[in-house]
Amino acid sequence: MTAALAGPVAVTGLGALTPLGPDVAALTEGLLSSRSGVRLLEGEPWDALPARLAATVDLEGRLERLEARTLDRVQQLALVAAREAWDDAGQPAVAPERLAVVIGSGIGGALTILGQADVLREKGPRAVSPHLVPMLMPNGPAAAVGLALGARAGVHTPVSACASGAEAIAMALDLLRSGRVDVVVAGGSEACVHPLPMAGFAQMRALSTRHDEPEAASRPYDKGRDGFVLGEGAGVLVLETEEHARARGATIHARLGGAGLASDAYHVTAPDPAGTGAARSITLALRDAGLTAADVGHVNAHATSTPLGDIAEARAFALALGAHRPAVTATKSCTGHLLGAAGAVEAVATVVALRDGIIPPVRNLDDIDDEADVDAVRVVARQLQHDAALSTSFGFGGHDVSLVFVR
Amino acid sequence: MTLTQVDVLSGLAEVLEEVSGVPADKVVREAAFENDLEVDSLTMVEVVVACEERFGVRIPDEALENLRTVGDAVDFITAAGVSA
Repeated sequence: MTAALAGPVAVTGLGALTPLGPDVAALTEGLLSSRSGVRLLEGEPWDALPARLAATVDLEGRLERLEARTLDRVQQLALVAAREAWDDAGQPAVAPERLAVVIGSGIGGALTILGQADVLREKGPRAVSPHLVPMLMPNGPAAAVGLALGARAGVHTPVSACASGAEAIAMALDLLRSGRVDVVVAGGSEACVHPLPMAGFAQMRALSTRHDEPEAASRPYDKGRDGFVLGEGAGVLVLETEEHARARGATIHARLGGAGLASDAYHVTAPDPAGTGAARSITLALRDAGLTAADVGHVNAHATSTPLGDIAEARAFALALGAHRPAVTATKSCTGHLLGAAGAVEAVATVVALRDGIIPPVRNLDDIDDEADVDAVRVVARQLQHDAALSTSFGFGGHDVSLVFVR
Repeated sequence: MTLTQVDVLSGLAEVLEEVSGVPADKVVREAAFENDLEVDSLTMVEVVVACEERFGVRIPDEALENLRTVGDAVDFITAAGVSA
C-alpha cells in the first residue's frame, strides 16, 4: 500500500464513556440538551478539600470482575470506550500488523499509585500488588486496548497533559499517512478523581469552588467563571485510510482532514495571553487540511472555564481566523474537564456535530465575558452548514493541538 | 493452630477463585498453576501473598520455584503451618 503523506483519513468508529453517560449516544443527547455531569463530592475524604466538585463516570458492570481487577480505572475507561468505537466501526477485518493503537493520558494510573502507596505504608512491601507497575504506567490504557484488539503495528501514548487525547489523534493521522498502517484506534483516557490531584489543582487555584451550584460551576466564557471542574472519562475514534474504509464498505462518520501542533515556550502552566502558539496550531491544521478560515463553520473549543485560558483561546481564534467567526461550543460546560481524555471526547463531539449538522450550545453561558470575542452557541443548538470544524486542545507544558474534521 | 491438607486445599481454592476466577472444581492436587489453571507469574505472586495472610505462613521466593502444582502448594503450606 502506498503512503498518502497528505489528505484526509476516515473516521469510522466512535466511542465515549463520559460523565454524561455510558456511550456516544448519551454524550450526544447530553450535549444537545445541555445536561450537566457535575456534582459535589461529599463525606470523607472530600470534605476537607477546598474544591470538591467533580464529573464522574459510572463504570459499574461495564467490565468482568476478573478483567477489571488488574486494570487501573484509567485503563478500564479506555477499554470500554475503545470497544464501543471498535463495534461502531463494525470490527474491521484488518491484519494485526496493520492495526495500531494510540491512547493518550495526562496522568496515567493515578488511583493505583496512590492506593498502593497507602498499602505500602500500612502493610509493607510484600503486600504491594504485582500488578502495580502495568497499572500505573501512562501507556497502560494504550497497552490494554492494544492487547484487547490484538494490535501489532505499534501501541503509543502521547503524554501532553490536557492535549494528550488530541495529540493521540494527530499521531494517528501521521501513522495512517505514512502508509505503515491501515487502521488506528486513537483517543484519550483519564481517571484521577482523588483528593491528591484535586488538592494540587486547587492549590493552583485552577478549580471552581461554586459548591452551592455544582451544575453551574463549569461555565466557559461566562463572566462568573472561577475555574474548571475535574472530570474523568475516555473518548476513542477508529481512524482508517480512505482506501481501507471504502474497500470494506465502512460507514464514514466524517474525515480527519488535518492536524496542527505547536508549543508556547511561554510558561509551564499559564497560557500565553496573546494566544500565539494556540493560533499557530490552528493555522497549521487548516493548512494541513488544505482549507482556509472561511471553510470552518464550527469550533469545539478547549474552553475549560478558567479566567485566563478562555480569553487566551478567544484571542487565538481571532489571530488564526481573522474576521471569520465560526460557531463555538464548549463541551466542558457539561462534562467538566477530562484532562487527557478531553481532546478525544471533544473530537468525538465534533465528528457528531459535522455528521448530524447540529452544534450543541454552551451550558451556563448567562453573561458572556466582554473579552471573549467568540460567536458562542447559546441556549439552543444551532445548524451547521459548513463542511469543516475545528477541535482545539491545550495542555500544561504549553502544548497546542488543533484538529480539523471535514464531511 | 494446625492446618490440615483439606483446610489448605479449600482455602487455596477460594484464593484462586478470588484472584484469578479459577472454578473450585479445577483446584485438584494434580493441577499445574501455569498450564492447567492459567495462573501467570504476576497472579501467582498475588496467590502467595493471599495465602500467607490467610494461613499465617511465609512462602519465600526460593520455595515458590518448586510450587508447580496445587499439591505442591498444599504440602508446603501444611508443613509450614506445623512449624509456624
